[in-house]
Amino acid sequence: MPTFVNPNKCDGCQALDRPACMYICPNDLMLLDKALGKAYNQEPDQCWECYSCVKTCPQTAIEMRGYADVVPLGARLAPLRGTDSIIWTVKFRNNETKRFRYPIRTTPWGSIEPFHGLVEPNIAELKNSSLCGQEKFLGVDKLPVIAP
Amino acid sequence: MVTPETEVVDCDILICGGGMAGCGAAHEAAYWAKAKGLRVVLAEKAAIERSGAVAMGLSAINCYMGMKWGENQPEDFVRYVRQDLMGLSREDLVYDIARHVDSTVHMFEEWGLPFFKTPEGRYKREGRWQVMIHGESYKPIVAEAAKKALGEQNIYERIFISHLLLDKDDPGRVAGAVGFSVRDPKIYVFKAKAVICAAGGATQVFRPHAVGEGLGRIWYAPWNTGSVYKLMITAGAEMTQMEHRLVVARFKDGYGPVGMWFLLFKAVLKNAYGEEVEKKWADLLQEWLPYGGGKPIPTPLRNHQMIRDHLAGNGPHYLRTDQALQAMFAQVQNDPKKLREIESEAWEDFLDMTMSQALLWASDNVDPAKMPSEVVLTEPYLMGSHASGTGAWVSGPEDIAPKEYFWGYNRMTTVRGLFAAGDGVGGSAHKFSSGSYTEGRLAGKAAVAYIGDNPQAAAPEPDRIEEIKKTLFAPLEVYEKTRALVTRGEVNPEAINPKQALLRLQKIMDEYCAGQGAGYITNAPTLKRGLELLHVLREDLSHMAAADLHDLLRAWEVWDRYYCAEAHVRHVLFREETRWPGYYYRGDFPKLDDANWKCFSVSRFDADKNEWAVVKKPYVALLP
Repeated sequence: MPTFVNPNKCDGCQALDRPACMYICPNDLMLLDKALGKAYNQEPDQCWECYSCVKTCPQTAIEMRGYADVVPLGARLAPLRGTDSIIWTVKFRNNETKRFRYPIRTTPWGSIEPFHGLVEPNIAELKNSSLCGQEKFLGVDKLPVIAP
Repeated sequence: MVTPETEVVDCDILICGGGMAGCGAAHEAAYWAKAKGLRVVLAEKAAIERSGAVAMGLSAINCYMGMKWGENQPEDFVRYVRQDLMGLSREDLVYDIARHVDSTVHMFEEWGLPFFKTPEGRYKREGRWQVMIHGESYKPIVAEAAKKALGEQNIYERIFISHLLLDKDDPGRVAGAVGFSVRDPKIYVFKAKAVICAAGGATQVFRPHAVGEGLGRIWYAPWNTGSVYKLMITAGAEMTQMEHRLVVARFKDGYGPVGMWFLLFKAVLKNAYGEEVEKKWADLLQEWLPYGGGKPIPTPLRNHQMIRDHLAGNGPHYLRTDQALQAMFAQVQNDPKKLREIESEAWEDFLDMTMSQALLWASDNVDPAKMPSEVVLTEPYLMGSHASGTGAWVSGPEDIAPKEYFWGYNRMTTVRGLFAAGDGVGGSAHKFSSGSYTEGRLAGKAAVAYIGDNPQAAAPEPDRIEEIKKTLFAPLEVYEKTRALVTRGEVNPEAINPKQALLRLQKIMDEYCAGQGAGYITNAPTLKRGLELLHVLREDLSHMAAADLHDLLRAWEVWDRYYCAEAHVRHVLFREETRWPGYYYRGDFPKLDDANWKCFSVSRFDADKNEWAVVKKPYVALLP
């Protein structure tokens, strides 16, 4: 279901350079209506319902309404994404509701040190088949090889 | 129209695309570049935190050996891929990914990606090659590592790369790329000694099931427009297996994944009359020996059984989630805590990676424990990372590639300095997210090694840059010139908009190149007629009108898909056999023909002459 924006909640992310949804949308769909000061989906039929904008919206102003040519009205699916887990609320057309919570990350955001604990790159290794951090991450002593 | 400004970016390595393969390339190239003092930059048309096919998340990592627990060896994986692809894969490339992929997956875990674990502390398996993750934030985690590795100043977001640049004195060597910002009227010229094409495969080349608001509800990410192929095709790189499309069985309309249901929950596909499709049509497999006799049944042959059952009038087809869940509930003796765990896992499969399916189930009041759900085959996709192998013809790794497959640097295409990874590499399927990332790493390291041997500065042809710059914004000019021809609206006698062009492309491909609407069947005369229509479309594409930068992006994405479409038609026409029934059928050559066609198809496009040539290249087995 393509996104729609609740005009009572969206404030156009006025404190930011551009709305958070516009920053994150992988398909360049969310756009700020400058006259209105609020965001909208400029091309709903290219929406994948990936929920990237829904998850990131600081006002929880963005929701989905199932593709009109495919999905019956009446259901609702909404995430609440925290730093280490996400909660999904699924409301069925018949009003039944389910709630699920799943972990999303085991370490603090921003904590990755990609080369931490790895040996310094060695030019002599540049032409062989090893990859960086192999000694730490591969899990076996030797990189498998097979004669051509 | 505003005259766009131009920014020139000088770098050593340019990575086009910041999905899984691009982030892997960034990570590995940054590590080795440090030793050489090289600058690595990455250009991405969206924001890498949520870009590429994994933007939405994933519920499983589908390529993991588990060598540290002795679960599988790379040789086992090569044999599996060989079987699933009906005999044809670049086994050196497949082996290379398999031997490295575990290190990638272990790294993801250290960075913070949550894995399901067994009581013994191993990754929980969904199937032989798949491990289960809580993957909602898979891409943001991988992107964080790439940003840290490269430095945010080296990541250019919202830049659409449209053309590669070749060296002014040596047209067989890459020299950079040109693109434009989708936010400001600005053109970017990247001068680079090596370029890694890590963008995505191609969706929406074929007409999907839904063509209204649901046009974008397709199985693979709609922003994967085949850039990776178009960039390399137009630079003159040799491409392989461009006929080897992908068609998969998915839950109807939501395109939700079925893998976990089949593999973990042991759900069975049955027709409307309760017959098990695989059993009912077991004899069909004998027509596709030796692959039809092997296990597991290759993906295209499973499709083939479903198509035959459909033609026999036995639809709809259902995945019997109800029977599978009831059997599981009985196993745990209806213990409420365990029931809740099973239900949670079943829903997470959708909520991590295809939320639309969860919404559709909620809209249809589906309780999977009480009722089955329909499964259908998708429209075709062109991609090199799943159960299909379209992509560039690249060099293998020095220590394992046969001589026919080695020309100096791992994952280098036939254009010197131009590397590929992920969907961009042909003949090497089943890499999925982890394997694509791993392949990016392999290309990243090899690109640094290449520059070590070829340190001379990149020198793109200045006239060519000017020529591209003129073309880039042409759709905006068409719009300005033609808008006054009509009172308002989208019906214009001298222009078409990008969506209109896209729909025309999809219609041609569906009808003439064995699309879903054509029952996946075609023949030589149909394909030739399709080519004629494509060529007329191509003429009209120069009349595409773009009202703004968003439209301009869409216009160039149509060009991506156009080149994918033409390459696909030419390759399907070239291969005079039916190698992958259930993906497509050549009605005029309905059988598998190992004697003549157990080989790779390799094409090259000559942009100056606008000519294509397709030839055969040998298949060399790495293992007996």
